[in-house]
Amino acid sequence: MKIHEYQGKEILRQFGVPTPRGTACFSVDEAVAAAQSLGGAVWVVKAQIHAGGRGKGGGVKVARSLNEVRLAAQQILGMHLVTHQTGKDGQVVRRLLIEEGAQIDKEFYLGMVIDRSRQRVALLASSEGGMEIEEVAAHRPEKIHKLWIDPVAGLQAGDAAQIAKQIGIPDTAIAGAVVAIQGLYHAFVEKDAMLAEINPLVLTADNRVVALDAKFNFDSNALYRHPEVMAYRDLDEEDAAEIEASKFDLSYISLDGDIGCLVNGAGLAMATMDIIKLYGGSPANFLDVGGGASKEKVTEAFKLMLKNPNLKAILVNIFGGIMKCDVIAEGVVAAAREVHLSVPLVVRLEGTNVDLGKKILAESGLPIISGSDMADAAAKVVAAARNT
Amino acid sequence: MSILIDKNTRVMTQGMTGKVGQFHTLNCIAYANGANCFVAGVTPNKGGQNFEGVPIYNSVLEAKQQTGATVSVIYVPPPYAAAAIDEAVAADLDLVICITEGIPVHDMLKTRYRMAGKKTLLIGPNCPGLITPDEIKIGIMPGHIHRKGRIGVVSRSGTLTYEAVGQLTALGLGQSSCVGIGGDPINGLKHLDVMRLFNDDPETDAVIMVGEIGGSDEEDCARWIKDHMNKPVVGFIAGVTAPPGKRMGHAGAIISGGQGGADTKLSVMEECGIHITRNPAEMGRVMKKVLGSRG
Repeated sequence: MKIHEYQGKEILRQFGVPTPRGTACFSVDEAVAAAQSLGGAVWVVKAQIHAGGRGKGGGVKVARSLNEVRLAAQQILGMHLVTHQTGKDGQVVRRLLIEEGAQIDKEFYLGMVIDRSRQRVALLASSEGGMEIEEVAAHRPEKIHKLWIDPVAGLQAGDAAQIAKQIGIPDTAIAGAVVAIQGLYHAFVEKDAMLAEINPLVLTADNRVVALDAKFNFDSNALYRHPEVMAYRDLDEEDAAEIEASKFDLSYISLDGDIGCLVNGAGLAMATMDIIKLYGGSPANFLDVGGGASKEKVTEAFKLMLKNPNLKAILVNIFGGIMKCDVIAEGVVAAAREVHLSVPLVVRLEGTNVDLGKKILAESGLPIISGSDMADAAAKVVAAARNT
Repeated sequence: MSILIDKNTRVMTQGMTGKVGQFHTLNCIAYANGANCFVAGVTPNKGGQNFEGVPIYNSVLEAKQQTGATVSVIYVPPPYAAAAIDEAVAADLDLVICITEGIPVHDMLKTRYRMAGKKTLLIGPNCPGLITPDEIKIGIMPGHIHRKGRIGVVSRSGTLTYEAVGQLTALGLGQSSCVGIGGDPINGLKHLDVMRLFNDDPETDAVIMVGEIGGSDEEDCARWIKDHMNKPVVGFIAGVTAPPGKRMGHAGAIISGGQGGADTKLSVMEECGIHITRNPAEMGRVMKKVLGSRG
């Protein structure tokens, strides 16, 4: 689960990482009032969306008067901010962060990820702050310093100091950098993060080390023990269909094709998307109904797929293991009746009680196209979508 | 022979008295030699009771000492599952299979750290388990789709493994063992570890390797295969059409920072001599062809 920059900074402050003073705002008037109450002569008006690359997309502006704050807030609030992470339609800006300006001397990068092959938390640090770390990794990999952290001993101050030196933080600011690096690590572990980035981490003209940005992605499997993180969830930033799906414990991801797919199991669901593409079609979604799909769940899954205006056909691909094919068949028939199916439906059933399942489909009287295996079903659904 | 488990394996079930644990324990007992293999359950504070004749113990150590079970399968709910693995590791079991989906990654990081230097092997979490057909099934896969034979199967997915097995069985190709290593980013045995075991198993002739987006385990395994494997390998990777940055159901199935894409994995696998297919409906047929061409 992702959160906004201002929320990430709240977390960082709890763990002792210095950040600029700032206020989250939802309107232009709030933005001006926030700047006034922060005081000073320079402010930064920052769009709060979950995607990165906001600066390049025009979502971050420096203001040198309250009037400029007002103008910047007017421009940014409500804009469709397009970045390399949003897709071509962009993301509507509904929240702003108004911050005091900082006198930046130098910019650095600080990040934490879960390193899957080493099975450790990895700290990434670089002198090339402000750039996308993927860019740095591609062109100047020697500029990225890594440290794999012992999960029991934690991140030692000496190690943090060493990595701060490696990225060129001057001796006089090392103590401050250690506070920031250790603070980020503690936040990462205690809040069950999967990814955290401070980009840039800056050295100010008065020699302080400050987090100018904050990006977090949390482990959704651990949110049950972090209601305070869950409270940061912003549904405006998420896909409406995916939110709806999560209510019914369906794993759903919207794609830009026109063939809906309903599958049991994540791997088979991906493979189903792949085979649709291989046969010349384009999947409209990823949808895993899970191992224990009930009639209700299948019905909700159909409703979700049918909300997509681009939908031209549906492929149901089930390999029944624990889930019996006859149960799924009954669910499909009931759902197809309830939702008044408006597009061709291809069903491929395999596994436990497959014959019974096929019989239920055949006797339903519904115009269900049967697929004998994955390939046959994919070919049929692609043809059906073309003729719709 | 087979890998990791056979009809002589003795198994305890951690979390046997929960709804999921009960259901799958009954299925496992009903499969092949299961009635002799599943000898104990572990549920704290329920020691002395039994489930369908299987005695329940308060701890893994007690179950091991009383029954001689050296393998454990875990159905414990996610908040407690990592601790259940820890307990099995501390009791020096040979193998732990964790079915549970949804364990926090940071819990697994600590558990894997504690496993260093211990003899216990881990399969999963978030996996269907493993099966040696006609001998023993430990996990949630449908037993009846399997046939005894000489093809090994290793996969990160559940139903996609069944798909591969179903295709093999339909073509008359039985399986030596089928191992689901799970869809989580931090897990126990990797493709490479299982491939090594299949390579050393005299009763496995060839292997189907099913991977998916995320991480670089498939690439690591492919490079090992190129240098060490003396049996043919057929490979498929799910998620060629998956968009970057999205978690595709499995916690570990995500393309992040430009890494973990299916096309990269497939091209590395092909370079390393694996018989790849981009069509998930063709895994069995490609295997049949590969075996046929070897005469």
